[in-house]
Amino acid sequence: MSVETLATQMKAGLDAPICLTWELTYACNLQCVHCLSSSGQRDPRELTTAEAMAVLDELKALQVFYINIGGGEPMVRRDFFDLVEYSVGNGIGVKFSTNGAFIDAEKARRLAAMDYVDIQLSVDGADAATNDAVRGEGSFATATRAMDHLAEAGFGPFKISVVATRQNVPQLDAFKALADRYGAQLRLTRLRPSGRAVDTWDQLHPTQAQQREIYHWLLAHGDNVLTGDSFFHLNALGDEALPGLNLCGAGRVVCLIDPVGDVYACPFVIHDEFLAGNVRNPGGFTEVWKRSDLFRSLREPQSAGACASCGSFDACQGGCMAAKFFTGLPLDGPDPECVSGHGDAGLAAAAAVPVTLKPRPAQDHTKPARTPAPV
Amino acid sequence: MSTELIAHPLLSAALELHPQVALRPEPFGALAYHYGNRRLVFLKHADVVTVAKALADHPTLADTLRACGIAERRWPSFATAFQSLLQSDVVRERRP
Repeated sequence: MSVETLATQMKAGLDAPICLTWELTYACNLQCVHCLSSSGQRDPRELTTAEAMAVLDELKALQVFYINIGGGEPMVRRDFFDLVEYSVGNGIGVKFSTNGAFIDAEKARRLAAMDYVDIQLSVDGADAATNDAVRGEGSFATATRAMDHLAEAGFGPFKISVVATRQNVPQLDAFKALADRYGAQLRLTRLRPSGRAVDTWDQLHPTQAQQREIYHWLLAHGDNVLTGDSFFHLNALGDEALPGLNLCGAGRVVCLIDPVGDVYACPFVIHDEFLAGNVRNPGGFTEVWKRSDLFRSLREPQSAGACASCGSFDACQGGCMAAKFFTGLPLDGPDPECVSGHGDAGLAAAAAVPVTLKPRPAQDHTKPARTPAPV
Repeated sequence: MSTELIAHPLLSAALELHPQVALRPEPFGALAYHYGNRRLVFLKHADVVTVAKALADHPTLADTLRACGIAERRWPSFATAFQSLLQSDVVRERRP
């Protein structure tokens, strides 16, 4: 079977997700200005330990091989280790994203002793000034302290996860050097205008020149830098495709379970329009994945719409659904960061729409009375 | 058996599914996940899945292909497919 037919199969949806993100809590010690889940405060309706374990039982039956745990800060949950151990004990590997605040020497040793656990430490600048402007005062020192603990505990190659921004694209080599220094693997992903980034994307998203820089830098580093396949819209920049499946996996191979059990098409579309169901309802997660109206419709052939006449559509697939949705662009048209500039007109038109009429994230767990971090 | 087939060394190899690999059936074949190197590999044909599962029950890859009823004209493409699965550690050589 050729790669193309495989992609066609993927678009029609798999029997279970390959890449399932599970935000365990909306509680977070940080309040990053681009947080995709607008996290901060715990939601009182959060899944209990028993409910979370029941979901893991389902995932085991579905043969989901690993899950991506995030938040919020997942280590805030008191049952964090219980859930991770239960998951791994059932053959579901865990990759979790953390800001590192709760990884001390003892926790690092505990994590190092576990099989099938990967850690992604988030930093968004290669130095404290760049990072802390987005993630908050002291967060760079916190993250590097956690890296030191993991290195000391002999955890092995953890991941350093970076969201590419206008401010940190000049630091790509520095990020790679930071990862190399720890024997870690660098993961670079695309900023989407989701969560709190609805309000900060304008200032944070890379320029067109920087998009070209990212594309060529990623090509030069190949499989050594992970991207979660998030930059496929850049494939229109050249003949050579970035490594990955080159498709939007939302509801087809990817989905999100949020802290209260709501299932969304992907981690970047926490909005009613992309809400497929809840794991607490009859049939649980399995029913949502296999039979929800939303996921079934996402698995239908999608129209290329306004992109149909563009010669690059096969390469870029029209880009990211979440990026279009939260910038107010039609879903069957160009990505706001279309490398050919086809998104510009739509963005200009959307700019004229009053903020109150634009899509906003369904959940906002931002802590009250916070001092906005400078961008 | 043609000389071309005999020439492919993998056909006479004793193989098995790597013990750290799990297979999940999918419409196109199966997903293979390797818990050791954490890599996902796509088995893009149902027959490849059948053969992969049966490897350990037969002395060689050729014996497995025969037992699974795979026509000999398809053996070269299976040898290539299993060469690639060997490289990604989805299958491994059985040690006596």
